Amino acid sequence: MTWVNAVLQGLLQGGIYALIACGLSLTFGVMRVVNLAHGDLAVCGAYLAMVLSSALGVPVWYTLPLVLPAAFVFGMALQVVLLRRALRTGEIATVLVTFGLSVMIENLLQEGATANDRVLNAGAIGVAALRIGGQITLPWLFTAAFLTACAVLSGLQLLLSRTSWGRKVRAIADDIDTARLVGVRVGPVFASVAGIAVATAALAGIFIGAIGNFNPLTGESTLIFAFEAVVIGGLGSLWGTLAGGMALGVTQVVVGELNEAYAVLAVHLLFLLVLAVRPAGLFAGGQQARTAQVTG
Amino acid sequence: MKRDGVAAAARGTQLKVSRWSAAATAAMGSLAVGLAVLAAVPYFAGGPAEQPLIVAFTFIAMAATWNLLAGFSGLTSFGQHAYLGVGAYGLYLVAVHGINPFAGIAAAAVIAGLVALPVSGLLLRLSGGYFAVASLVVAAVFQIAVTLAPSVGGTTGVSLPGLAGYGPVLREAMIYWAALIVAALSVAGVFLLVRAGFGLDARAVGGDPVAASVLGVRVGRVRLLAYLAAAVGAGAVGALIALQTQFIEPTSVFSVQYSVEMLFMVLVGGIGTIEGPVIGALILFALQQWLSQDGAWYLVLVGGIAVVATLAVPRGLWGFVSSRWGWSLFPVGYRVPGRDHHRQAG
Repeated sequence: MTWVNAVLQGLLQGGIYALIACGLSLTFGVMRVVNLAHGDLAVCGAYLAMVLSSALGVPVWYTLPLVLPAAFVFGMALQVVLLRRALRTGEIATVLVTFGLSVMIENLLQEGATANDRVLNAGAIGVAALRIGGQITLPWLFTAAFLTACAVLSGLQLLLSRTSWGRKVRAIADDIDTARLVGVRVGPVFASVAGIAVATAALAGIFIGAIGNFNPLTGESTLIFAFEAVVIGGLGSLWGTLAGGMALGVTQVVVGELNEAYAVLAVHLLFLLVLAVRPAGLFAGGQQARTAQVTG
Repeated sequence: MKRDGVAAAARGTQLKVSRWSAAATAAMGSLAVGLAVLAAVPYFAGGPAEQPLIVAFTFIAMAATWNLLAGFSGLTSFGQHAYLGVGAYGLYLVAVHGINPFAGIAAAAVIAGLVALPVSGLLLRLSGGYFAVASLVVAAVFQIAVTLAPSVGGTTGVSLPGLAGYGPVLREAMIYWAALIVAALSVAGVFLLVRAGFGLDARAVGGDPVAASVLGVRVGRVRLLAYLAAAVGAGAVGALIALQTQFIEPTSVFSVQYSVEMLFMVLVGGIGTIEGPVIGALILFALQQWLSQDGAWYLVLVGGIAVVATLAVPRGLWGFVSSRWGWSLFPVGYRVPGRDHHRQAG
């Protein structure tokens, strides 16, 4: 029964990884930008929620209506001020700029908020758990994070497949030059995609902060996990990203059950194994995966 | 050289094509003198001058080899600290087996290259940002693997054996000379590689791998060579750092800060040039001497300047200078004397 419990916990944990990863996957798919500051932006969301929730004296969930729009606007500004210029210079420039940004955020957070571990005030839901039978315990927080991830991914999928905005996004992802030719205005679409990516990152960051400790350097490991979920799931597929996140979560929790010291190592090794055996990802159709691969 | 000759013949004129210019000859001459002076520093200046210069030399070596990877071949690795760590622990392993630690620097560099070989099989399947993050994963794996191995000290680290026979003055001077040699070899190695056709191939691959492969460039081989050479350079630097600190601790030797510094030096100095990384290394060195006391602000500034440099001066200080005035101190291209235009082939 311990194992069933561990697998279930891992699946739920995977939801959070998918929630961070979907923004990474979206910006890469549409803008061809791998945002190396994505994890740090998630952590910024957690810090912002922490400051607001202690200032207002409410559990962190009540700050969401403030944090998410702020993150959306910040993402748009990031695109307009930095990424757009970097994109004009080339793909490597976007990598360098976002890495520089990541270093700045991490160290500014250390200056402004110290390197101490923090945890968010999650209110009553933070300690409650759903018990099934005697052995299986599902913390409500994990369950809520998982359900939120599923809702966000389904919502994104619906937006992409049903709305005119989604049609523009897909057109740009397929062929940006042709999309421009037929009159799609790329600038606003890029800005909205960047806004959504940062807002989902901030949402994920708040769950991470409510579930466990975070500090200014949490962003780096967060980025790595999100990135691994994207690659394992297969590039360009949102459901693949969810599956990839779950594969990571299950590996981490099950190996952690055996020996805590090996949990993160096992996740990284799973990623390298997938890279070696199926670089297109475990769950991808394969079409989009080629974009990340080298030809020749 | 052949191509230029043909182009000139087609226009019916006879032009002399040369790699060297007066500036380049003068620069090479003063470089030789400068190296001789630097080599003599332990005799006339001693410890106070050696300490900071060792840092400057490791910066130059890190920048030169990272530039080979990112500047010429388009492989932006943010996980080169993985090979710094491998070099440091490699030096420990050979020193434990009784090999002189100074001779062990070469062994550590070779070990880093050997470790990089299987890793390259995985990483070089990716490019761009995905390659960048995957290189971070590899560094994380190495760091965790070391902390899980009690034989190399686990999380607490190990002290480097084999230095007891040296007095402090001699030890410092030996490290100084070793750092000078590693820095000089890194710059010279990149210079020679770039001159010998590899530079042209690598630039083609960095610019557009598909187009390069269509033109007959062996893309995989170029990327592999750049990756291995950069790992060897980083391994040697890791060994130098271990020699200087005499204690190897996983979190400090596998610090991502080294990769951040490589990025900064190459971007600010001039990506894809030979001179640029050296200039960037000297700028970072000055910045570090000035600001290293407040660690976080130092890194905020380093990251910020890197962002601004990428956007405002994409080819760095030296790229700006050389395209403006056509300067080239390390002659890797060809030029037609008496003409203003300057070609950067190679």
